Amino acid sequence: MTDISAPLPHAVTADSSTDSSKDKVKDETPLMTKVAKATGSGPGKYIVWLIAALWTVPTMGLLISSFRPEDDIKTSGWWTWFGEPGNVTFDNYSSVLSDKVGGQPFSSFFWNTVRIAVPGAIIPIAVASFAAYALSWMHFKGRDALSVFIVALMVVPLQMCLIPLLRLFSSDAFEKLPLEGIPSIWLAHAIFGMPIAIFLLKNFIGSLPSEVIEAARVDGASHMTIFLKIVMPLSVPAIASLAIFQFLWVWNDLLVAKVFGGGARNQPMTYALVDMVGNKGNEWQLLTAGAFITMIVPLIVFLSLQRFFVRGLLAGSVKG
Amino acid sequence: MGDIFSSLGLVVVGIAIFVAVLGALYWLASQLPEPWRERARTAVFIGPGIILLLGLVIPALLNFRYSFLDRDDEWYGFGNYRDIFTNDNNIKVLANTLWWGILVTGVSTIIGITIARFADRMRGEPIAKALIFLPTAISMVGAGIIWNFVYSPKEYGLLNSMLRLLPGEQETKFFLQDPKLFGIQSNYVPGLNTVLIMVVIIWIQAGFATVVISAALKGVPDDLVEAAKIDGATDRQAFYKVVLPYIKGTIITVATTVVIAVLKIFDIIQTMGKGGSFGTSTMANEMYEQAFPQDNEGLGAAWAVLLFVAVAPIVFVNARNQRAMREGR
Repeated sequence: MTDISAPLPHAVTADSSTDSSKDKVKDETPLMTKVAKATGSGPGKYIVWLIAALWTVPTMGLLISSFRPEDDIKTSGWWTWFGEPGNVTFDNYSSVLSDKVGGQPFSSFFWNTVRIAVPGAIIPIAVASFAAYALSWMHFKGRDALSVFIVALMVVPLQMCLIPLLRLFSSDAFEKLPLEGIPSIWLAHAIFGMPIAIFLLKNFIGSLPSEVIEAARVDGASHMTIFLKIVMPLSVPAIASLAIFQFLWVWNDLLVAKVFGGGARNQPMTYALVDMVGNKGNEWQLLTAGAFITMIVPLIVFLSLQRFFVRGLLAGSVKG
Repeated sequence: MGDIFSSLGLVVVGIAIFVAVLGALYWLASQLPEPWRERARTAVFIGPGIILLLGLVIPALLNFRYSFLDRDDEWYGFGNYRDIFTNDNNIKVLANTLWWGILVTGVSTIIGITIARFADRMRGEPIAKALIFLPTAISMVGAGIIWNFVYSPKEYGLLNSMLRLLPGEQETKFFLQDPKLFGIQSNYVPGLNTVLIMVVIIWIQAGFATVVISAALKGVPDDLVEAAKIDGATDRQAFYKVVLPYIKGTIITVATTVVIAVLKIFDIIQTMGKGGSFGTSTMANEMYEQAFPQDNEGLGAAWAVLLFVAVAPIVFVNARNQRAMREGR
């Protein structure tokens, strides 16, 4: 719920030393070294590195194991791999991709996740952008009351809507629409993401300089033109942050897909992995590789777009 | 390769339909005479959003009604709520959720403050913080599998292997099936399994707390700390008496945000607690289990209402705090 339109503290990314030249200028003032001492970091740095190491070990164990032969994984700890580092195989990845869950190969769950996550991020943001523009720059009765109401809706946890929405989606009226399966997951994600997306985008779009938009109006530009040619290009940072957050949210989601997706045919990887934990809990050659496959895309997004990622996380952290 | 094309095809078609429909409606609106033209254009802009919001509001209201029905959709009054507050298993779920809210939020925030404090301007700060922050990106299901591996009773389980290094005969522990904590088994005390699952969420949330608090620390004016030092404050005093109060708003943001996420904890219970077995269930997990696998929608709806009652005030505090912070600057 943080206002993404507000200038963010420049150090908000974990990668603070490289992303801002302001930082460096500041760091050169002698006062700063005194302050660094004042807040104290002597032995404290060992605590930081200890925690950083502890935080990394579990993921590293999973990653290393995913490249060890099945027999090795099941008979010895991953740390013994350091004694024989040449012992690497990609077999686990190929066997998990063809491994069947509910009659479907794991690879098809990967593609389901892609199918769910891309529109699951684009649709709510597109709809919310239009709505945020209307709430900011179009004049109609009850506009302010509607804005307040949308903010208030953020208190509703998505669990409140699961049962009634599922009933609605499986009612006769909806049966006729082509919404069964993955489209109903999109729709559910769009519904649950709407209040926060409108709220954040309205904060941003509403704070654009009014002279620019008034001037375009005077020149005879229509709302659609202003929206597409002026507002959208100016809103790229806000939209990017929100899009990354929403994309990862949907990519990592289990609950919404499980409730609305129907059978295994429409389910994402998270569903397949939970099923594998239940039915093949000791087949670690499959679980390690499978888990890592789900993590690849979020990790790439995290490493390459960390700046937007943090901003989106901050902004959307109270969603749903 | 067919999969790739069919995936992308579906994606492109979905988005194209949306754009085409909206474009067509806007064009139609533009054909109308004033004043209807402007009104119709406004409706095209805000209409889809309103429809989706109705998809939130109407179900949420219906959910209150459903919470008064039994599993056969017959009127059950407050029966579901009575069952929740009188049944031992359900009391365990409520107590677990409360412990989740307290322990995970408290520990994550404290770790976040500690790391942010000590890492500030340290050499290698970005790397250390990125390592701690990394788990935030991955799914709870992925995180659950990572930690199932750590807690495994087999020879490859890291935690059991570390315990075996201790002197004396160590028996293999089935951590995730242990509902006792220090030998205590009670409805009001979370089991060892629950505590170990909490560790995973702390592992995820501490990175979030670190990054946000760290950003706030860098916004503390230098002369403030400097003045405290000149007045004779030690490092520790300067931090606790000057810096922490200054970033109080951020700490409230972090804590409330973590509580909201933790109260809705579900995926991790599905992955690590076998859907809430061995006394690991929480409110959001129980909501799902009752409504869907158990097909008792009334009881599930009642759990959802309780979740709403628990989460709503915290969202409110969070929103008010953030507004105060924005206006304060």
